[in-house]
Amino acid sequence: MIKKKWRDSGLKGWLYLLPAILFLGVFMVYPLIDVFVYSFEEGYNSASQTHFGIGLYNYSYVLHDPYFLQAVRNTFLLVIITVPLSTGIALLISVGLNSVRPLRNLFQTVYFLPYVTNTLAVGLVFMILFKKTAYSDGLINLLITWFGGDSVDFIDGPYWAKMFVLCLYTIWVVMPFKILILTSALASVNRQLYQAARVDGTSAFRIFMRITLPMISPMIFYLIITGFIGAFKAYSDVVALFGTDLNAAEMNTIVGYVYDMLYGDSGGYPSYASAAAVILFAIVLTVTCINLMVSKRKVRF
Amino acid sequence: MNNSRDYIKIERTAKARRTTAGVVTYFFLAVWAVIVLFPFYWMLLTSVKSYSAYNAENIPQFFTLSPTLQNYADAFTEVPLGRYLFNTTIFTVVTTAVMLAVITLAAFAFARLDFRGKNVMFVLFLSLMMIPSELVIITNFVTITNLEMRNTFPGLILPSVTSVFYIYLLKENFEQIPDSLYYAAKVDGTSDLKYLFKVMIPISKPTLITVTILKVIECWNSYVWPRLITDDENYYLVSNGIQEIRENGFGRENIPAMMAAVVVISVPLIVLFLIFRNKIMAGVSRGGTKG
Amino acid sequence: MKVVLQNLTKKFPGRGRKNPVEVTAVNDFTFEIPDGELVGLLGPSGCGKSTALNLISGLLKPTGGRIFFGEDDITDLPPESRGVGLVFQNYALYPHLTVKQNILFPLQNLKGKDKLSKAVMLEKATEAAKLVQIDGLMDRRPGELSGGQQQRVAIARALVKMPGVLLLDEPLSNLDARLRLQTREEIRRIQRETGITTIFVTHDQEEAMSISDRIVVMKEGVAQQIGKPQEVYDDPVNLFVGRFLGTPPINVFAGRCRDGRLYLGEDAVLRVPGIADQDVCVGVRPEGFVLQEEGTLRCEFGSVEVMGRDISVVSGHSASLNPTVRSIIAAENRVDRESAVVRFSLKPQKVLLFNKETEERIYGEMLAL
Repeated sequence: MIKKKWRDSGLKGWLYLLPAILFLGVFMVYPLIDVFVYSFEEGYNSASQTHFGIGLYNYSYVLHDPYFLQAVRNTFLLVIITVPLSTGIALLISVGLNSVRPLRNLFQTVYFLPYVTNTLAVGLVFMILFKKTAYSDGLINLLITWFGGDSVDFIDGPYWAKMFVLCLYTIWVVMPFKILILTSALASVNRQLYQAARVDGTSAFRIFMRITLPMISPMIFYLIITGFIGAFKAYSDVVALFGTDLNAAEMNTIVGYVYDMLYGDSGGYPSYASAAAVILFAIVLTVTCINLMVSKRKVRF
Repeated sequence: MNNSRDYIKIERTAKARRTTAGVVTYFFLAVWAVIVLFPFYWMLLTSVKSYSAYNAENIPQFFTLSPTLQNYADAFTEVPLGRYLFNTTIFTVVTTAVMLAVITLAAFAFARLDFRGKNVMFVLFLSLMMIPSELVIITNFVTITNLEMRNTFPGLILPSVTSVFYIYLLKENFEQIPDSLYYAAKVDGTSDLKYLFKVMIPISKPTLITVTILKVIECWNSYVWPRLITDDENYYLVSNGIQEIRENGFGRENIPAMMAAVVVISVPLIVLFLIFRNKIMAGVSRGGTKG
Repeated sequence: MKVVLQNLTKKFPGRGRKNPVEVTAVNDFTFEIPDGELVGLLGPSGCGKSTALNLISGLLKPTGGRIFFGEDDITDLPPESRGVGLVFQNYALYPHLTVKQNILFPLQNLKGKDKLSKAVMLEKATEAAKLVQIDGLMDRRPGELSGGQQQRVAIARALVKMPGVLLLDEPLSNLDARLRLQTREEIRRIQRETGITTIFVTHDQEEAMSISDRIVVMKEGVAQQIGKPQEVYDDPVNLFVGRFLGTPPINVFAGRCRDGRLYLGEDAVLRVPGIADQDVCVGVRPEGFVLQEEGTLRCEFGSVEVMGRDISVVSGHSASLNPTVRSIIAAENRVDRESAVVRFSLKPQKVLLFNKETEERIYGEMLAL
């Protein structure tokens, strides 16, 4: 009945909001506008803060830069490989986890560990496991030769090998979040639905396809969407494996390209960085929209 | 007679099938657990192998009979690991503390106070949630550089002391506190600020703890911004420190010392996680993606 | 403390975007509550009774009119300066504080010369807790208490600063039936013991009638009638008040006054010598029926409900504006359940006449036939 609150002074509310508005304004809203401005300013010089003109030159430069194209290719490969794979494996693991009782908590705890570890730090471990050095082929190559394969340098070797490690590590890193979300989604499906299906003699596979999947489909789509967004922004796990000079390793990503343009070995070009960032944003936005449209048609909740 | 034997048979096959399913399930769960744990094991193992022993291993060994802590000593003496840890602690504590203050005040304003333009402002805040940090980091880099705050703590901290998502989370939480508590406090002569501190914050403690933990994890692992904004080793955080160690420290090949550093950096968060396991997992499933 | 409301009015701005219609929640409410009385504000939901309470507490500011506590005009004072205690419908206990801390909370807000020492605060809190008999639960948290106990804590918290006026918003509505009976007597006792002027809001007429010194029946923001419970019940000023009070509710018939007689349908039931010929609404309290073989009110027999002390006869009548005619008669009466018709005569003092259009009461002498 008395929803109307104290209206003695509207000023007070703004006062409480002031710090947030200040920080968001300076570090979020202004940069957002600025990045678009930057991306259209041609020949920007960061020392003198001047530019020659307005136009699409920055975009054209970036789109013709072989490093950028390489980065786009890498990023898309990474996205296309890791998102479906990680979501699928996470689903399998969650279903398995949901069907057992003893040790479930232990498994859950273990599976979550990668979430709280430093991407850079564990990436270093992965590198050591896969790297071939003068003295030793590394543990993974040891395993490969045990099974009769030929050893490969996964860190400095062929492109497919490097991509393989990157995908593996990315999946390792994103898995905890997906398993967590899917196990809680599975746990929240009404038990009675399963019991009813069991009484009707439904096979386990059919129960999974006809009851479980539809019930948790909103969460799966949520994971796919966030997975796409996250994978498009891949950067620190790549650095962890291949070092900061990603262009030389042919393993750069779009975000890596942005940072390299901004600051790094080839750095000092905020205009190119901005143009690349805007292109990335456009790609992510498009993919997310497509995802949302598909999920709207597929998810029935 | 026939019937009863059939039942026994059905029962037996069903049981066999259940057992097989259980074994297969546990097998796969265990495989994934090994994949997750193995890097941790390897880093611990390597960190206690002596430098000479490690380099003598043409074929990597799965265990060591002569563990040493020398690598840990090296990690702290040969590279400024202590400095990195100290920097990261300062960065994490200050960022989290300032952020808590900022978001609490903002969430309180949105949830409890009434002022012209509140709803418009809230929608604006929400729309900021969609902005990826990659888009704004460029200007922020330029801003901080122009303010000559590179290689300073304020430069590291300031851009990450607000989170629209946490404001939203906390506001939702605040709004669940019944209005009548506020009116009761008003009748008793409680000021808004006192009500916030004595009633709303204590009641919302679980959410605040969750937010704190998530922010601590985020700060401890942050890499991109610190990398851009610091090139002076005295201001490196652990992530940058690791990268630095990898590229320049220990003469590149002292892998055991590197692993010791990695262990030291990873342990605080793993301990935090094991203590607050349920809170962290609940908090993350309520809405936190990594990074 | 005496409470005086003078032409109190509260309007809320309209909500709709296209046609914001102003809502008048309380309209020109004038009323004086003598010191030390227990007053019930009564009405259906949305009648403005809670708004009136919140105007008195100061949580809302009136659009017009004045409020006096004793001789002081407190209309523009903020709630904390009014010295009121307020008990909320859902109790509004602070869930993270113990019972003791909850009761201490208002005292801790006192500042300057009113500031109390810790010992005095504790003493006052204990005293308040004793008064409502929860002194054994001081270290529990609200979540560990039953609804009735929470209610007592809320009352203790409201009483601890010795308010001049105690306000209770639907104090019993969250309790189950048995507790409700017990708690309302408890409220009565506490109010008697402290002598604090108390105003409570309820939609339950039985609750209001049973413990109030005085009730105010409200409808659509307007106080319809103010008076002692029995007076208002016996002598409602209009059909709304008559209908609102009493369980089972009053039976309403379409009636006619002709030549000094009152007719319900074709049945003449009473003599009304002083009342001009007109169509009227007739209210008959359930206890106003007398089962008589030669009774002039002929109803179609429906069923009999035995309630122990009384029996209730449910029947039908063509002129009835209620779905059924419900009468309550002593259990000694024998009702012929086979008969299709049941006949009553009416007790004149239990029959009320209302104007058919305005539904205002028509006063006049009424006699048995």
